[in-house]
Amino acid sequence: MRRAQPSTSWHALDLRLRISAAVWLVSQIVDQSPSGSPSVASAPGPAPAPTSSSPQPARHRPRWLVALVVTAGGLLLAGCNLPTFGAHRAISTQGQDSMKLWQGFFITGVTILVIVFALIMWAVFRYRRRSEAIPRQFQYHTLIEIIYTAIPIVIVLILFGFTFVTENNVDALPKPKISVTVTGFQWGWRFHYTTKHVTVIGVELQDPEMVLPENETVRIYLESHDVIHGFYVPALIFSRYAQPGIINKFTLNLHTLGTFRGQCTQFCGLYHSLMRFRLKVVTPAQFAAWVSAHQSTGPEASISNAEKTALARSTGHATPTTTTGGAGS
Amino acid sequence: MTDVIVPQIVGGEPAYAVHEEHGPTGLMKWITTTDHKVIGLSYMITSIVLFYVAGLLALGIRVQLTTPHGTFISFQQYNELFTMHGSIMMYLFAGPFAFGGLANYIVPLQIGAPDMAFPRLNALSYWLYLGGSIMMLLTFGVAGGAADFGWVAYAPLSTTTYTPGIGADLWIMALVLTGFSAIFTGVNLITTIFYLRAPGMTMFRMPIFTWNMLVTGILILIAFPVLTAALVLLFADRHFGAKIYAVTGCHTVTGAVDVHACGSAVLWQNLFWFFGHPEVYILALPFFGIVTEILPVFSKKPVFGYKGMVFATMSIAALSTGVWAHHMFTTGTVLLPFFSLMSLLIAVPTGIKFFNWIGTMWRGQLVYTTPMLMSIGFLLAFLMGGVTGVMLASPPIDFFVHTTYFVVAHFHQVLFGTAVFAGFAGLYYWYPKMFGRMLNDRLGKLHFWLMFVGFWVTYIPMYVLGLSGMPRRVASYPTGLGWRMWNDVSTVGSFMIAVSFLILLVNLWVSWRYPVPAGDNPWDGHTLEWFTTSPPPHHNYTHLPVIRSERPTWDYNHPDAPNIPIHGDRGGGTHPNGHGPYGNGNGTGSPGHGDGASGAAEEVPAT
Repeated sequence: MRRAQPSTSWHALDLRLRISAAVWLVSQIVDQSPSGSPSVASAPGPAPAPTSSSPQPARHRPRWLVALVVTAGGLLLAGCNLPTFGAHRAISTQGQDSMKLWQGFFITGVTILVIVFALIMWAVFRYRRRSEAIPRQFQYHTLIEIIYTAIPIVIVLILFGFTFVTENNVDALPKPKISVTVTGFQWGWRFHYTTKHVTVIGVELQDPEMVLPENETVRIYLESHDVIHGFYVPALIFSRYAQPGIINKFTLNLHTLGTFRGQCTQFCGLYHSLMRFRLKVVTPAQFAAWVSAHQSTGPEASISNAEKTALARSTGHATPTTTTGGAGS
Repeated sequence: MTDVIVPQIVGGEPAYAVHEEHGPTGLMKWITTTDHKVIGLSYMITSIVLFYVAGLLALGIRVQLTTPHGTFISFQQYNELFTMHGSIMMYLFAGPFAFGGLANYIVPLQIGAPDMAFPRLNALSYWLYLGGSIMMLLTFGVAGGAADFGWVAYAPLSTTTYTPGIGADLWIMALVLTGFSAIFTGVNLITTIFYLRAPGMTMFRMPIFTWNMLVTGILILIAFPVLTAALVLLFADRHFGAKIYAVTGCHTVTGAVDVHACGSAVLWQNLFWFFGHPEVYILALPFFGIVTEILPVFSKKPVFGYKGMVFATMSIAALSTGVWAHHMFTTGTVLLPFFSLMSLLIAVPTGIKFFNWIGTMWRGQLVYTTPMLMSIGFLLAFLMGGVTGVMLASPPIDFFVHTTYFVVAHFHQVLFGTAVFAGFAGLYYWYPKMFGRMLNDRLGKLHFWLMFVGFWVTYIPMYVLGLSGMPRRVASYPTGLGWRMWNDVSTVGSFMIAVSFLILLVNLWVSWRYPVPAGDNPWDGHTLEWFTTSPPPHHNYTHLPVIRSERPTWDYNHPDAPNIPIHGDRGGGTHPNGHGPYGNGNGTGSPGHGDGASGAAEEVPAT
């Protein structure tokens, strides 16, 4: 009696392995083959053996295995240098974190998509009506139902784990070297460099440019003057709402030089479509030069004293001198 | 052991089994009726008309986007167009079509009830809905034009400071009216399902369609009052200076917010999405139900994992009330991990449903009629929409693609998959029951294939556009980003869909002009509605079969092929019928019938 115990549990483990390897599918298919007996079906065991000797029950097997092996192998080979799957290359470390997560989700998603798609297509083509006979009226299969409840739970928890780690990285707020208050309004943007006393204001049809240095920790304070706007730079792999009454903070560590497109994403009224801006990433030296060129000169137009005071209060600095600049300033 | 087939007259005394139509006829019948079937048809006709209107609006949107600086319509017109397209599709088509229309018509039939529990309330629901719909459409004619703040009406954009027009007020009031309509229908359906089931129709013998409508009704009672309240508050904000969402008049620059003078913009989003996410499932569950009716019938098998299906529906509904803030990840004001986990978890019951649908087809004898093709179209469309939905449940990915065309593609795949593929599957499926005539299957298949191809051609490019950074709700986009080509492809697809719906009109006309009689049970249906005549008599049933599984009509027609209840029980055999008023059905005094050899069986054509 005691000897029988391990053998049953071993059998159960065997079963579980088979299933977790999605080989249950194969066994289902093998069951279909005219002369395939159940004992033959369970014979291959946990390892999906591509070089199966018995040709008849394995008739459908190579197709599945090839697909699986090709997918898995392709992913392994792609390894560390995955494509971005239609997205921009990230220009910030935060964006890179999100990009990795996106790549993981994309691969997982496509894998699930392919598997379920294959199952549907199999059912659609394999079980089209061939006779008037009434098929077996089975309705429950407890084991399979438990399996396809449990496996998604595991997948979801894994995905959540990666999500949790990534979102903490993306939302982290380390001490910044440079702070910029970004204000959205109908229909333009204002970039106020709080410690540098520089302000750039754009209006519709005249895109303002936010200049930032690479390899520095930049903190953005995001807010709105009127309705809700969306601060979105595709290359940052990031967006955030600019809302009245709420200040959103986030950090950027840029590492790619260049000029990148930005746009309001949250619908904000008539000229929402034209509420664009640019993000220009420059070297720290160029940034210093740009700051000194735009600092504390020029007229104080287009920003009221009240707003200036408010801006100053917000960051605890003395009233800044401001510069207006349009596109390409 | 074929003791099952004993048709009986329910209640002995045919109180409601009156054959003659009473009451007025013609137009007066449609206006004064309290018959759930007539009201259901009114709902369906109205919502399909609105579906065509909203589809035309969508074509306007697509035409505008064929060129980078589109000049087909102005920005203002574009904003009105997408607002009304979304509002009509979401509030006036998808929900009312399934919940007011199909459910109203089918649920009482499926549970063997003579009518809804509150017939007059049912009529009131329809008239509120019609009034709200007309009000919504009329906004195109008022000064200032229709509402132009998107179907989500985010405050403070929807306050008078930024949207002063009367079109916005009519939009709000139209939604209040249709909201009450939905609430009343919800109350009505829930009561009907709890109290008017035929003898023998226990809860776990209800068809999945009815189950899903019950759960949808409960979700409506949770979600719609919140929307209605939020809308009333918005109206108060607009006209009585309530300052609930409004942020004008208080300093809104950093650090200078006077909280006492200020409303909260995020409050609207919280209230709206607390309605809005259950609403997504209010729009999805009925259509899941339709598909779960169609797949078994055309696979000639019972639904696989019936009980799992029911509990999956319930867990989707339960989870859906705790995920609203996944629409608000980028507001920076919500607890990301909680809402992310809850949203991801919805994939589990949805996955169960998927595998159950596949299991239903597994080893069946699949017959590819139009409803079946539409249902498989739904499976594929919803599969991809579901997978991208899981991606969106992850906040960092949502930061990336939020309010871009990726989201547009995602929810159109989900909603088109459910409301259109599954919705019109339901129309093709139940049309013979409603009118006693068939829809042409070849035209139906043409409709399906054109729509199916058009669907992918329309929405796959939107994923590409979204990933390359195209925001949604833009009337114009710059050149040089490679967006034009994908937008053009998408527009071509949308016109394919439009043509496919012209074919549906032709099909309806053909069936009207050259009727092909359907008989009572053209599909060899499983559920109770296929037991009565097509169309059903005034109070639905004169006879009922013994109900001892979730598919009494099948049991009646195929006494030799009952459900195999337990996994591994290859011996077959019937479910031990311990409950239900008929007990074992043996020797109850009624004349026993062999295989449809008697009077009652004449109502059930042989397969």
